[in-house]
Amino acid sequence: MNILAATAPVSGPHVDWEALSPLWVLAGGGVLVLLVGLLRPRAIRHWIVPGLAVITFLCTLAAAIVVFGYHPHPHRTFASCLVAGPACVRPAPLAIDKLALELIMLFAVAGIAAVLMSWRGIAPRESGHGEFFGLLIFSVLGMGVFVSAQNLVTLFLGIEVLSIPLYILCASETRREASLESGLKYLIVGSVGSATLVYGLGLVYGATGSTDFATIGTALSQGKLAGGVLGNPMVLTGLGLVIVGFAFKASVAPFHQWTPDVYEGAPTAITAFMATATKAAAIGVFIRFFDFAAIGAQDTWAPLLATIAAITIVVGNVGALGQSSLKRMMGYSGVAQAGYMLSGVVVGTRLGIQATILYLIFYLFMNLAPFAVIVAEEHERPDGDYLSGLSGLGARRPWLAWPMTIGMLALAGIPGTVGFIGKFQLINALVSGDYTWLAIVLVIGSMISLGYYLRVVATIWMRPAVAAPVPAAAASGGGPGELAPIAGGSLEADEWEEGPGPAGVFAYPEVTFVAIAFAAATIFFGIFPQPLVHFASHAANALPGLF
Amino acid sequence: MTLSILIWLPLAVALLAALAPRPLIGQVSVVGSLVTLGVAISFLVRFKLGRAGLQFVTDHLWISSLGIHYKLGLDGLNVVLVLLTTILFSASLLWSAFREWDRPRSFYFHFGLAQSAVLGAFCAQDLALFVAFFDLMLIPFYFMVGMWGSGERVRATTKLVVYTLVGSFFMLAAAVATGVLSANDHQASLNFALTALRGMRLPHASQEWIFLCFAFAFLVKMPLVPFHGWLADGYKSMPIPAVAVFSGVVSKVAAYGFLRIVLPLFPYAAVHFQTLMLLIALVSIMWGTLVAFTTPDARMVVAYSSVAQLSFITLGIFSLRPTGAQGALLQMLNHGLVTAPLFFIVAALAARAGGSERLADMGGIAFRAPVLASLALIITLATLAMPGSSNFIGEFMILLGVFQTKTAISIIAFAGVVGAAVYALRLYITGFHNRTGPRVASRELALADAAVLAPIVLVILVLAFYPQFGLKRSEPSVRLAVAPAQLQSVAPGLTRKVASR
Repeated sequence: MNILAATAPVSGPHVDWEALSPLWVLAGGGVLVLLVGLLRPRAIRHWIVPGLAVITFLCTLAAAIVVFGYHPHPHRTFASCLVAGPACVRPAPLAIDKLALELIMLFAVAGIAAVLMSWRGIAPRESGHGEFFGLLIFSVLGMGVFVSAQNLVTLFLGIEVLSIPLYILCASETRREASLESGLKYLIVGSVGSATLVYGLGLVYGATGSTDFATIGTALSQGKLAGGVLGNPMVLTGLGLVIVGFAFKASVAPFHQWTPDVYEGAPTAITAFMATATKAAAIGVFIRFFDFAAIGAQDTWAPLLATIAAITIVVGNVGALGQSSLKRMMGYSGVAQAGYMLSGVVVGTRLGIQATILYLIFYLFMNLAPFAVIVAEEHERPDGDYLSGLSGLGARRPWLAWPMTIGMLALAGIPGTVGFIGKFQLINALVSGDYTWLAIVLVIGSMISLGYYLRVVATIWMRPAVAAPVPAAAASGGGPGELAPIAGGSLEADEWEEGPGPAGVFAYPEVTFVAIAFAAATIFFGIFPQPLVHFASHAANALPGLF
Repeated sequence: MTLSILIWLPLAVALLAALAPRPLIGQVSVVGSLVTLGVAISFLVRFKLGRAGLQFVTDHLWISSLGIHYKLGLDGLNVVLVLLTTILFSASLLWSAFREWDRPRSFYFHFGLAQSAVLGAFCAQDLALFVAFFDLMLIPFYFMVGMWGSGERVRATTKLVVYTLVGSFFMLAAAVATGVLSANDHQASLNFALTALRGMRLPHASQEWIFLCFAFAFLVKMPLVPFHGWLADGYKSMPIPAVAVFSGVVSKVAAYGFLRIVLPLFPYAAVHFQTLMLLIALVSIMWGTLVAFTTPDARMVVAYSSVAQLSFITLGIFSLRPTGAQGALLQMLNHGLVTAPLFFIVAALAARAGGSERLADMGGIAFRAPVLASLALIITLATLAMPGSSNFIGEFMILLGVFQTKTAISIIAFAGVVGAAVYALRLYITGFHNRTGPRVASRELALADAAVLAPIVLVILVLAFYPQFGLKRSEPSVRLAVAPAQLQSVAPGLTRKVASR
């Protein structure tokens, strides 16, 4: 008998490979891109590597859609188990449910846009194509793990896998001081955030005795804690530190100070990626952790989170008013928008989550169009990032001016764009959930935001064009000899780009494409929002135990 | 033919015109606006009299999970205003087509978008749809002032947009709250259609703050004193065709909003704040009249006369009596028909006075331009509500309505009627008569301007003889719209019983 038992096949953990497919496609694609990037021929690195990155994201998108379609039930019907027993009983560390799938699709779209925007930029050339695009894919993988985590340990694993590639990507324009500074700053601040988070997670584990979200949820809601939730300092401190940790990632005030600096310094494509995908991941985790695991303690965290959301809305909008750098302005605008989305989490109802997810999708559209315009402008002129550089864009480049205008008007919440529908839905959720005061704060925040969004539109259409200053490098007559050496740089790092690059609307068709495509989506779904409203409601239904 | 065709036609034409070769853009737009006018007339002809309810209803569920309908319809409240909109936009486009504009494609695109948004706001029968069109209306004007305006245009347009959008955002919050709270109170699913909301009255406390949000948005848009901070810069910088439609119809959307939304949905609050609204209107009449009388700028005379006239309209609406409200509706039509041509006349005067819009630089223009002067005289007499004009009937009904509820206020408001005569005649006399200005080079009305002015004057004359045109169509609907508030003010106990049942 003993022998038989010993020779019986060891039953490993059951893994639902199919459900996990979006994640392993990303992992495989990332490794592939990294390896192909090692090949010598130039064309491979310039064309095949970014192409493979796009294909990886497309496959992820396809896999997510397929898995999404397989499980029509509104509630989480399965969990893919990495370590649990063969019957796949919970607790499983990951749940690829509809919430996670929708967010993964969102990350993949943001990833495609980031690849297209950085394709012919400086960053991949200086830090190596394989590394640059590979890291981008791994970062998306981290986000996927982050938002589908059902366990404190996987949660932390996810945040690290998503953050570390981003630290490097921020610093990937290795010859620009601002880029290096941005990477370093993000690394330090991000590490503080992670450390705070892990401390908070530890305390929550200590208080509830489990790392599994569902078990934590039961412990919090059934009053198994000594002294109840409110009388238990350990769980209170834990939840507080978790909020702080997430707030760093979502750039929620008062933990947002790094945002404008990092956004300004990072390569613009990466800024766009961080502004959309990272924010979506952080907000997604807010939903996952607070509206699922900690929903039982809603009375405890909701007032705190509501206050933070209100502060964030005000701070972000006021901060954006005086900015002259577009990327900084978008950074502060992103802070304000994080506040709007956080208020959907606070409500803790299905309607609130639906509104938040919907706003995340809309936020992606509204932001990528302006960022693509900034990328296109930066290709053409050294002050492309500055508001003053946009003057006369309407006459100069209508194909870029319109996406920028539409993006700004949408962010301001003008009807006919997704911004209006998004705010409508959020206000609806807030009023229904008895948070009318937060809805008023949201409205007041939107009013303040008019000040800076409209300034951009006015600059584009109503100011005369100024002559583009001569690019600094060309003016100094620099050549390859003047480039600082980079340790471990790519093969092309020392090649000098001839002249200021091609000019014209269609010199960088992929960037213009991103701008126009997302601007068109902004208008289209602003007029016909129903499909996306319906889509977002799936995610809300994925979380059990909500009204 | 559905109302969708009517409201989207201008935008479609504008997009079509953008494809046309440069010299033809203006002409394509004019033809398109005349077709729109024709469509509006066809609706007017088929409009059945004596019915209070909606006609030509288009109703699709737009966003089902939010209960927002794409619902359009005509009734006595908006059928005449839709006609007014198409008339004034046609006139303004005609006026524009005779002139050269920078970047004409954008110019006519924004004009078309503006017309679609205004028509949409008038026809919308869903609260959320109305708010959407109301906000959307502003965007083309933002661009028109900022790109084709004069003077400090960027500052002016920013001021205009920030003021009005601040109001609009309050309205957005209030509109969502209306839908959500009504649905919660009555255990119904979310529904923003106005007819559905009418059946689900809100509790008094909610009505009060929601009323204030709506009133703020509308008062800023009209604007009434003290919400008129954007007016001077905005009107001064706006290109003439834009200011003609802005003052002619866009400001009316706000007044119309009171009748369409506020009185039927929040009758308790309307009665509660009646005195406040009447006092605001009264102060605004006085202020507008005084400034119109003292300003040295011809365009500002017209601008502030609009403030006074819109205050009269507000006065009529908040008499909360059918007579007053009907007078207000008639006055909306009348005022639109006089204010737009007055702006064109100011432009014509300025063109003859060396480009200056200051009254001091004008004068003596009538000698060499008798036709222009006679057309202007007719319009001026209509503005000052000469007995025999339709404006006289409108103002009379407004004052009669107020007299029935708040006698004291109506007596003071009579002074405003006198004031109108003073500023309107001052504009006419200093512009056309008096000593000839230093740089005046008068000439007869150009055929192009005559083509714009003459048809409008003709409509004014027709209305003077046949004011029942508007009254007959609006009466049943106005009664229906005012009824809840009237009932509330006459017998507050009764409505409570009705509401609780």
